[in-house]
Amino acid sequence: MWNYTQTVNDHFLRPHNVGPLKDANAIGEVGSLSCGDALKLYLKISDDGVIEKATFETFGCASAIASSSVLTDMVVGMKVDDALKLTNKDITNALGGLPKQKMHCSVMGQEALEAAIRNWKGEPATSHAHEEGKLVCKCFGVTDAQIIQAIRENNLKTVEEVTDYTKAGGACGQCLNEIAEILAHELKQESLKEIQPKKRMTNVQRMQKALKVIDEEIRPKLVADGGDIELVDVDGKRVLVSLRGRCSQCKSSEVTLRDLVEKTLREHVEPDIIVEEA
Amino acid sequence: MKSVYLDNNATTAVAPEVLAAMLPYFGDLYGNPSSMHSFGGQVAGAVDEARESLAELLHCEPEELIFTASGTESDNSAFWSALQSQPEKRHIVTSKVEHPAVLNVCQFWEREGYHLTYLDVDHLGRLDMEQYKKSLTPDTALVSIMFANNEVGNIFPIQTLSELAREKGILFHTDAVQAVGKIPIDLRHLPVDMLSLSGHKINAPKGIGALYVRKGVRFRSFLRGGHQELGRRAGTENVPYIVGLGMAAKLSQEFMQKERVDVALLRDQLESGLLESIPDARVNGDIENRLPNTSNISFKNVEGEAILLLLDRLGIAASSGSACTSGSLEPSHVLRAMGVPFNYAHGSIRLSLSRYTTEDDVKYVLKEFPGVIKTLRDISPFKD
Repeated sequence: MWNYTQTVNDHFLRPHNVGPLKDANAIGEVGSLSCGDALKLYLKISDDGVIEKATFETFGCASAIASSSVLTDMVVGMKVDDALKLTNKDITNALGGLPKQKMHCSVMGQEALEAAIRNWKGEPATSHAHEEGKLVCKCFGVTDAQIIQAIRENNLKTVEEVTDYTKAGGACGQCLNEIAEILAHELKQESLKEIQPKKRMTNVQRMQKALKVIDEEIRPKLVADGGDIELVDVDGKRVLVSLRGRCSQCKSSEVTLRDLVEKTLREHVEPDIIVEEA
Repeated sequence: MKSVYLDNNATTAVAPEVLAAMLPYFGDLYGNPSSMHSFGGQVAGAVDEARESLAELLHCEPEELIFTASGTESDNSAFWSALQSQPEKRHIVTSKVEHPAVLNVCQFWEREGYHLTYLDVDHLGRLDMEQYKKSLTPDTALVSIMFANNEVGNIFPIQTLSELAREKGILFHTDAVQAVGKIPIDLRHLPVDMLSLSGHKINAPKGIGALYVRKGVRFRSFLRGGHQELGRRAGTENVPYIVGLGMAAKLSQEFMQKERVDVALLRDQLESGLLESIPDARVNGDIENRLPNTSNISFKNVEGEAILLLLDRLGIAASSGSACTSGSLEPSHVLRAMGVPFNYAHGSIRLSLSRYTTEDDVKYVLKEFPGVIKTLRDISPFKD
């Protein structure tokens, strides 16, 4: 049995703001019967862009109903632009948390809100992420843009977490590899952001970052061609490396040093790095 | 608050008679049945007696029964034995609607290089017999098909299925966890080679099961170690639980007629009552060939987990094949194999009765259930 919080149970057993809204001027619909959950969100938005009323209809489990109910409470009184800044995390927090396998219910709430506001603005009903992305999970109709959004907003680290939050990959599993690739790409972006050079860098910092970039960015490429690389020393902006394996006998090792090693280190560590062979 | 337990296919209450039979073996009668003194002698006799009671229920020889820790262990052992004793054969036949205790074992052996045939079922959950006949080849090491389905209650034609396998010299195993104690099984006339059963489905406690292995069938043990169970299942016997299973087998026999008739009548009363009072509801499964205690009903446009939680608030315990209850994202593999439409599959509820279910229970459920579905349909955006 799920371990739902008291707030989830309260909203499920006595949901707030249920049913169609007669004077709604914004409607957002997400999910479908085949997916196992669906939410129709009704908003009444004033001319100056304040959400005055919100109601919902939901097909789904207790956490889907609770997410919808709490969302309608949260958005009333909000300006449209502020409402657009709400994330699924805000919904989860308002419920005091959700089991991780149920996170997609909060994502559905956020998507319905976005869809409703788009509807009010006269934009196409499909959400931003839906429209722009490439379809990854065919079973649940999840795009890469939706997956990336979930990864970024919730700091997701594993494929299972992506499934928990977006449902992608939760049925036939054919897209799991593709999700893993998207995730790997996102995590790399994240790690590169971390090692963007700060204004002043100590020698130790420079060495650590160089080591990390060599390990993560450069070595895998060389290893793929039967070579390898070792960081020998860092002296100011001079980085001394030694090429190993097939690279050490390669005639184009000078090219490798300039075009791969130096270029990559300049990109990720500091723009004026000089690479030399030890 | 009233409490109505209608999830007996998940597990059953331990019968008071079973508990009473077990208790002494947690007390003074703690001996090891293998020991050469009276502490051991006393309990060895009890283990023998339990084996005889179970043999009587199934109409087999006591020596053909191996006590295990669960139905799952029995299933795993059956596969292990069948495949290890015929290493030259590399094909297994099963169905798409087996319990995970068989399906996941099949998938394991598939990864190990075995060829698997997963038989289809039709919209009522019935096996395709032509496909079955064609699937049996000289390379087939084992057929494993459940006696009765846990979700919809369908009883499979094990007589015909096992006869066809026997004709071709193929070992036949059946997971009879849901069938034993609910319908008569006579192994004198049923040519199955191995049969799994579980104690906690027949009012014995969890943690005890058995595997029947027909005399003459080569057996390779799954657990190695001591010589217990005639060397077929190492590990000191779980004496109190074995005694409990023996008592449960006796009770099953006594109650079999009551189960078959009274429980089936109550189930039918419950099922037809729900169908009458709730629109857009349908029964899943083969109502002509079903366990007497099981009813699987789908309610259109509502979601199973939500139904279960509202029922639970009313003291009614049931289960669902909806995606949300399991943490998986797809509805039950059984309903999907049967092609139940999505708008019904997500709202499926299994009600499984027992010998302890009363007419009052059924009346209470019939009174409360329609309100639950109405509440959820009022919230649902899908109205037709």
